[in-house]
Amino acid sequence: MKLRILAGIGGVLFAGLAALGAVPGKSETPEQESVYAELTKAPEKYRNKVNPLATDPEAAAAGRVLFEEHCEDCHGQQAAGGKKAPSLRAKEVQEATPGTIFWILTNGVVRKKMPVWSKLPEPQRWQLVSYIKSLGPLEASGSKSAEKR
Amino acid sequence: MRPWRGFPLFPVVALAFFSLIAGKPAIAQENPYFVAYDHNLEEPSNLEVEYFSTFGTQRSGPNFHGFWSEFEYGATAWWTTELYLDGQTTFGDSTVFTGFRWENRVRPLKNEHWINPVLYMEFEDINGADKILKEVEGHDVESDFLTPNAEARRERNREVELKLILSSNYKGWNFTENTLAVKNLSNEPWEFGYALGASRPLALKGAARKCNLCLQHFIVGVEMYGGLGDRYSFGLHNTSHYLAPALAWNLPSGWTFRIEPSFGLNDQSHQFLLRWGASYEIAGFGRKVADLFRGKQE
Repeated sequence: MKLRILAGIGGVLFAGLAALGAVPGKSETPEQESVYAELTKAPEKYRNKVNPLATDPEAAAAGRVLFEEHCEDCHGQQAAGGKKAPSLRAKEVQEATPGTIFWILTNGVVRKKMPVWSKLPEPQRWQLVSYIKSLGPLEASGSKSAEKR
Repeated sequence: MRPWRGFPLFPVVALAFFSLIAGKPAIAQENPYFVAYDHNLEEPSNLEVEYFSTFGTQRSGPNFHGFWSEFEYGATAWWTTELYLDGQTTFGDSTVFTGFRWENRVRPLKNEHWINPVLYMEFEDINGADKILKEVEGHDVESDFLTPNAEARRERNREVELKLILSSNYKGWNFTENTLAVKNLSNEPWEFGYALGASRPLALKGAARKCNLCLQHFIVGVEMYGGLGDRYSFGLHNTSHYLAPALAWNLPSGWTFRIEPSFGLNDQSHQFLLRWGASYEIAGFGRKVADLFRGKQE
């Protein structure tokens, strides 16, 4: 009897999670949605944030080290897109404000397997933003990578 | 010669071997907690192999060494699943395998908030000789550990453990509060416990070059944990509590080392526990396994 109650609690918990949106809903068709759509969802407060390390000459170099440690496996060596994640040199990313990229790093895109990087202290996330912005666009590979998804 | 004598060495050797043959490592950026959990989950497809030890002092009885291995896998960005294998050595008594635990942590909210909840569910099938002290619950007290292994291992505990993890990151600090409720599936009442933690890296900015000893890789913290009685006698009476400063060292090679001395805060607690652990994180493990079955090459 108690086992049934516990199984029931577990079932309700997982149903609740599904309802909260931890898994994609039926109406959502991730294949049709651009992989960069999440960038447009950044709240204005974040979009307008200025990179406090924008003038730090070491920020991009430190961001590169962080990128190699945390991001390269998914986004590829040159950030041009990997097996699991899109190019960060696409026009959509490179034209996004630093605050928008910071918001994506902080919140992740958990439905699309992008982890939350809030465990990195804020200055390290801004260093990553500096590095990503320093790369510049790479149109061809960026759109190719996005099309694949 | 008992066949389990060499068991504590096995996970360490296996971990070292695993790191040599495994693919690309991932720097883990782990907080130093041993008991408390924060809201940071394993990155999707990453596998973290971990070995931990708890050395405990025991009044009126022999000291002990509890040890466990963890295999922590990021199933998705919002769900981490983990398998534990536990064992212990009681000095002057014996070394025994004490059981397994299967743990799941789920992040219900999509975005980062001021307070981030994580739901934790664990099933454990362990015997009464388990001494890893991964959590303290109910009326767990030092004298419970006096029973000789041969007798204690005859007691079988099948338990479900639920935790609500509330964790925040603020200006480089992590603050976490865990409340736990445990139900033995036999006719035992619900038991309760808590764990609190705070931690911070020694440097918030990353260095412009790869380095093992950069301050950003060292995270210091403190945790406090203990029991809160059970359904019939909720509160602090006849419970044990600990305060533990902790340190984690996250190396760029994918290794993390942790150490934590714990001090008992009342007469029902062990006076001193020393915990340490080593872990190695493999990036994209799940994807590599999937590719293996699909016959793909990198």
